[in-house]
Amino acid sequence: MAVCIAVIAKENYPLYIRSVPVQNELKFHYTVHTSLDVVEEKISAVGKAMADQRELYLGLLYPTEDYKVYPSHMIIVYYTPVCIFFLLIENILLYRHTRYGYVTNSKVKFVIVVDSSNTSLRDNEIRSMFRKLHNSFTDVMCNPFYNPGDTIQSKAFDSMVSAMMVQAS
Amino acid sequence: LFVMADEALFQFLHNEVIQYIYKSSEHGEMENGRCITKLENMGFRVGQGLIERFTKDTARFKDELDVMKFICKDFWTCVFKKQIDNLRTNHQGIYVLQDNKFRLLTQLSAGKQYLEHAPKYLAFTCGLVRGGLSNLGVKSIVTAEVSVMPACKFQVMIQKM
Repeated sequence: MAVCIAVIAKENYPLYIRSVPVQNELKFHYTVHTSLDVVEEKISAVGKAMADQRELYLGLLYPTEDYKVYPSHMIIVYYTPVCIFFLLIENILLYRHTRYGYVTNSKVKFVIVVDSSNTSLRDNEIRSMFRKLHNSFTDVMCNPFYNPGDTIQSKAFDSMVSAMMVQAS
Repeated sequence: LFVMADEALFQFLHNEVIQYIYKSSEHGEMENGRCITKLENMGFRVGQGLIERFTKDTARFKDELDVMKFICKDFWTCVFKKQIDNLRTNHQGIYVLQDNKFRLLTQLSAGKQYLEHAPKYLAFTCGLVRGGLSNLGVKSIVTAEVSVMPACKFQVMIQKM
């Protein structure tokens, strides 16, 4: 179960980002954005590597790590009541995020962020999540009402993603 | 591998689309260019969607030549039930795809009759190739030429971005 799922166009802007809980959306925008560098690295490495590196699934983007602290969040902390300060610290110290990447042949990138404490999530489960994303994305692409390059507003796509996200408590 | 259910259905529809576009435009010589553009743009959007479907399960492409080979073999087979007969390149971004028996021209003539109408029947496919390449990250200009039907050549000029 993911905490954030993003679809990024080949020009590296987001076509779709969903995160749980919704208030954390901005920090997930940052998370996904920084993951793009790793994705680019992995793709360009493929060009020089062997043929068996050519599958679409990229796997783990970073080794599991503590959640990064971003300067803008620290500035906000000083101006908010103390309880929110503690909440943020809790967030920063306790939640670890693991990101997985996948790039289609059409250079569209999918990033899935999961809570690192969820160790029951296996590699083949992540692969099947990407497979579902890719299938739904293909359907969106073939929809005549969708203009390639627009943000994805398909309800079918939304419900497929909802089924893969952790339930908001 | 994804294959068109029955190619005759697409051929009939393709021919009717061309008739429709020409009939619904105003009369005048300059309209020909506008109709060709409309057909090409249609092909472009279809190509984008098709390539997404066709490349869903294929391995990542190594380079530009790999992409062109895919277009000539798998893509052409999926859409036209045959491969491109000959691919030539100058290794500097120009590719010529030769189809000796292009499926959308076989019903037109077996020689030079109706040659002046051939471009109309190639516009959609030019767009198809351009759209497919575009979604694979390759910007191009695709044109076609015919001298004796049903053979034709598609010229792909890769645009450096």
